[in-house]
Amino acid sequence: MQNKTISAYFFLAPALMAIFVFFFIPVIAAFIISFTDFDIYSLSNYGNARFVGFDNYLRLFYDPLFWTALQNTFYFVIVSAPLSIMVSLTAAIMLNSKLVKFKSLFRLNFFIPVITTLIAVAIVWRFIYHPKFGFLNYTLELVGIESIDWLGDPNFSMPAIIIMSVWKNFGYNMIIFIAGLQNIPEYLYEAAEIEGATGFQKFKFITIPMLAPTTLFVGIITMIGYFQLFAEPYIMTQGGPLNSTLSIVQYMYQEGFRWWNMGYSAAIAFVLFAVIMIGTIIQMKIQKNANV
Amino acid sequence: MTIFNKYCSQKLNLIFTFILLFLVGCSQNEQNMSEITFWGMGSEGESIQKLIPEFERLNPGIKVKVQMIPWTAAQEKLISAYASENLPDIFQLGNTWVPQFVALNSIENLDEFTSKSKIVKKESYFEGIWNTNEISGKIYGIPWYVDTRLLFYRKDILQKAGYNNPPKTWAEFYDVSKKIKQNIGNDDKYAVYLPVNEWAPFVIFGMQAGSKVLKDNDSYGNFSGAEFTKGFEFLINFHKENLAPIGISQVNNVYQAFAEEYFAMYISGPWNIKEFKRWMTGNLKDKWMTAPLPSPNSDSIGISLAGGASLVISKNSKKKDAAWKFIEFLSLPSTQLKFYELANSLPAVKTAWEDPLLQNDPYLIAFYTQFHSVVPTPKIPEWEQIAFSKLQQYAELAARNSLTVNEALKNMDKDVNIILEKRRWLLEQNNAK
Repeated sequence: MQNKTISAYFFLAPALMAIFVFFFIPVIAAFIISFTDFDIYSLSNYGNARFVGFDNYLRLFYDPLFWTALQNTFYFVIVSAPLSIMVSLTAAIMLNSKLVKFKSLFRLNFFIPVITTLIAVAIVWRFIYHPKFGFLNYTLELVGIESIDWLGDPNFSMPAIIIMSVWKNFGYNMIIFIAGLQNIPEYLYEAAEIEGATGFQKFKFITIPMLAPTTLFVGIITMIGYFQLFAEPYIMTQGGPLNSTLSIVQYMYQEGFRWWNMGYSAAIAFVLFAVIMIGTIIQMKIQKNANV
Repeated sequence: MTIFNKYCSQKLNLIFTFILLFLVGCSQNEQNMSEITFWGMGSEGESIQKLIPEFERLNPGIKVKVQMIPWTAAQEKLISAYASENLPDIFQLGNTWVPQFVALNSIENLDEFTSKSKIVKKESYFEGIWNTNEISGKIYGIPWYVDTRLLFYRKDILQKAGYNNPPKTWAEFYDVSKKIKQNIGNDDKYAVYLPVNEWAPFVIFGMQAGSKVLKDNDSYGNFSGAEFTKGFEFLINFHKENLAPIGISQVNNVYQAFAEEYFAMYISGPWNIKEFKRWMTGNLKDKWMTAPLPSPNSDSIGISLAGGASLVISKNSKKKDAAWKFIEFLSLPSTQLKFYELANSLPAVKTAWEDPLLQNDPYLIAFYTQFHSVVPTPKIPEWEQIAFSKLQQYAELAARNSLTVNEALKNMDKDVNIILEKRRWLLEQNNAK
């Protein structure tokens, strides 16, 4: 037995080494840095870095910009994660239906935004959102709604980012949902039909429970991904107007790689890590309880 | 031997020949040549490649390898290169970045080179521009090309408002804006474009009002001081009185907006000239001009910021003499002119401006005047963060009326003082020594 364990570790060693060198060491280094005021002065002379204890974390606590960023990120995750999952699920169910023709064509179409580079997408959406010539406002005006300055108005900038990123990302989850749906045995639906179940009942009592593991996976992956919101606001609004789209990762990036306040930036990273971990634990707990 | 094998062996032979040739080529290079690497940014990095053959012809022992890096990622790349000790021998730096690289102790003090040089002399450059490269009395970069901000205006719109000449004072600037807005009426058009994501005008007007921006050896913010408040408030009023648009998303394309009369005046730099020329065509062709900045009082033109890029030599470079030769070559008036032709970057050397090429461009006259009244921003590594993250943030809050001007600037100073805490500590350490 012992021999087996040793040889197992022997075979695992290369992978473990790589993980240790490229993952654990940087994480530990970052954790240590988060207790210092490592900055541009320290890059040339480590002696200029001071150990500051929990100062960075305390400063974060009193930093209004950090709270704004955290709030924005939560706003984004809470609205767009469920929204994106619902859109993905709806699209998956529709594409899985026997009535739909040209399935692969639609699947391809819905998946294209996922693989398109964000820069190209952002340029197109900037035109769509343009307050004067934008397609979205044009459509709204046809229905009689006054035009909205989507990216320029602090109240609408986050919804604009949400709409865009849901559109861009739902295709990925949709593919996973389609795979999940195809794994549900057909006979369950047939049996339900014989019992006289309606379409909604079938959805509620067969599709949803059978999809639970897929939904958990999709939910966690989406949440983790959305907590790391960065590229969309970075390209579309640079965090503005009035910091209404500043996300936590963007704030971390700015502090770390624009202003070189590495210590402070590392502290933000660990707070984000804690937030994501708590979110994942809660989600797993909920799912577990629902299954019991 | 099958055909396949024969084909393969032929191919192998060919590959070996190439490898041999390559090795021979390499060893020859290393024997007689000194190769220096140069990092240039954006279009300048591209244009400079056309100047290399001439330099290599004049200096047979030196080869220059140019690498282009995009402006947006430049600073990040340079600092990462510094951290991994991979900085090129010589590189281009935005002149507001010089303090950061001096703080990193990564670029060479050039005093020894300039004192001996027959080509690079302090007097040949605009004083304010040269000054940006001087830190604690030592020179670290040689100006390569220059820029500054001044007033771009629509002649026709100003004329309609009763101004045949561009505004020379703050009072005139405000007055003409008022009149332009009156002529526009309720249309969604404005007199001035003063986007809050461009911090420069706010600093310029603060400095024009006499502010030093920072105080006590640049270790405390001085934004809430009376002088800066005066300049800042003057500009914010343009937003408050609807003379300038508050949002920035309305203008996807500044040049198009200028051509469509969305605004009549814009404080910006020489990088716009080419694009404005391209958009202002047909009967709009002679409807715009540049002018030095208005000033608080009428006896002089308003000061502006000393911008542009400098050439610096990495401290770790082993080929500093060769690198210096390249800097001297780039500083020759004739090279400067050629570079202007290639990249549209304005020459840093004053004598180059005597060439008809620049003399005959009506849009450049104002720039030449303005370059004699430019000042650097505070020369500390933290300045970029102060300007980009804090000043723009508070300018936006004040423009949108979320904070009063005084509140905004008080908070600004509070934030700036936190940023400068490290600097104060370092100064204390140095004093103790």
